Amino acid sequence: MNLTLKVWRQNSAKEAGNLVSYPVKDISEDMSFLEMFDVLNEQLITKGEVPIAFDHDCREGICGMCSMFINGRPHGPKQGVTTCQLHMRSFKDGDTIVVEPWRAKAFPVVKDLVVDRSAFDRIIASGGFISVNAGNAQDANNIPIPKPDADKAFDAAACIGCGACVATCKNSSAMLFVSAKVSQLALLPQGKIEATMRVKEMVAQMDKEGFGNCSNTGACEIECPKGISLENIARMNREFYSANITE
Amino acid sequence: MGITGLFLVTFLIVHCGINACIFFNDGGVTFNAAAEFMATNLFIRIMEYVLFIGIVVHIVQALVLTLHNNKARPVKYAMNNGAANSKWYSRWMGLLGTLILMFLIIHLDHFWLKTRFTGLDQHTLFDQMKSSFSHLWVVLIYCAGMVSLSYHLMHGVQAAFQTLGWNHKKYTPFVKKAGFVFSIVVPFIFALMPIFMYAGWIK
Repeated sequence: MNLTLKVWRQNSAKEAGNLVSYPVKDISEDMSFLEMFDVLNEQLITKGEVPIAFDHDCREGICGMCSMFINGRPHGPKQGVTTCQLHMRSFKDGDTIVVEPWRAKAFPVVKDLVVDRSAFDRIIASGGFISVNAGNAQDANNIPIPKPDADKAFDAAACIGCGACVATCKNSSAMLFVSAKVSQLALLPQGKIEATMRVKEMVAQMDKEGFGNCSNTGACEIECPKGISLENIARMNREFYSANITE
Repeated sequence: MGITGLFLVTFLIVHCGINACIFFNDGGVTFNAAAEFMATNLFIRIMEYVLFIGIVVHIVQALVLTLHNNKARPVKYAMNNGAANSKWYSRWMGLLGTLILMFLIIHLDHFWLKTRFTGLDQHTLFDQMKSSFSHLWVVLIYCAGMVSLSYHLMHGVQAAFQTLGWNHKKYTPFVKKAGFVFSIVVPFIFALMPIFMYAGWIK
């Protein structure tokens, strides 16, 4: 496959960036999107140019590091996959592909396609934990948890914190991420004890980081590679109101 | 936004119900009686102020949130395919709301200002409706206003429930369907009023 890439190049957070065109040739359709970038970077290095910086780690869709806004969508045109799991067969020979970093005030560009997502870490640190010593794994069914609750908590816990929800949201809102983290703990008995404090602290931190507000367009749910449901946002809203009413 | 939005929805139900009295086609007798009740009932008179406060708060909330949201993404995308993951009317609520506000100003000038302050040109509110809706441009503006309202409600009603955290496995699908039906039916009934009057189907 021969393609034209238009990639966002930006030297640092302080400098302005722009889209630069790169032709790439003889790309196998079995390559992942990131492998295609590896090929391009090899070419750039050979030519003595600075390779394109992009985030990646596990390359199997579980770490949440890869973060490319491809042709106007986070993680590209496929639903339920991260950029590393996106394959070139999802594109056609001769396509022009625009690749940008996640864009949000809370996710400043570090370099090229790399953004600083430590805002998410600070939100987790503000309340996304339980304060008891969990010790070793308990015997199964030691603490009875209804199956539907366990399933919902597990689904919420599937969030890998990649930030696609923020990237695609017209308001750069982090509600899907924060609500997944709130829900995963609020649904389980271990997490219920600190539930009111948690939701207040995490929402406060989310606002402090400069994310936007949720206007319920539902784009985040569609683009989330892990299929986190909007139901979590409603649950967090519920938790948030009741936490503020009771205290 | 959710609370004020749902409050304004309840107003729409009352307004639509009262005005639908013209469809009795009895020369406006029922409608004028209903209008008379609304104009003299103390509770309704108080709610009129609450309604205006509701509208203003809804608008102020929207402005504050929009300004905040714009700040949350200082550098825009060169290419953003919003159509791939959301309905256009969910992304353009501000524009739809502005169109509704423009309609509302015209609408208030037609009926509310006249009934409350400057006095009707015609004998009754029913006759006032007939005279206002005898102009084609008025009918067209009202229909356009109702299309904007319809799309605004199509997103707004179910979104309000989500914002308020009212999400339930059993009831949410019903809320979504009911919100959709509401967003079509109520503006449609409203739009029929100027159309019927212009066409002369209501005597």
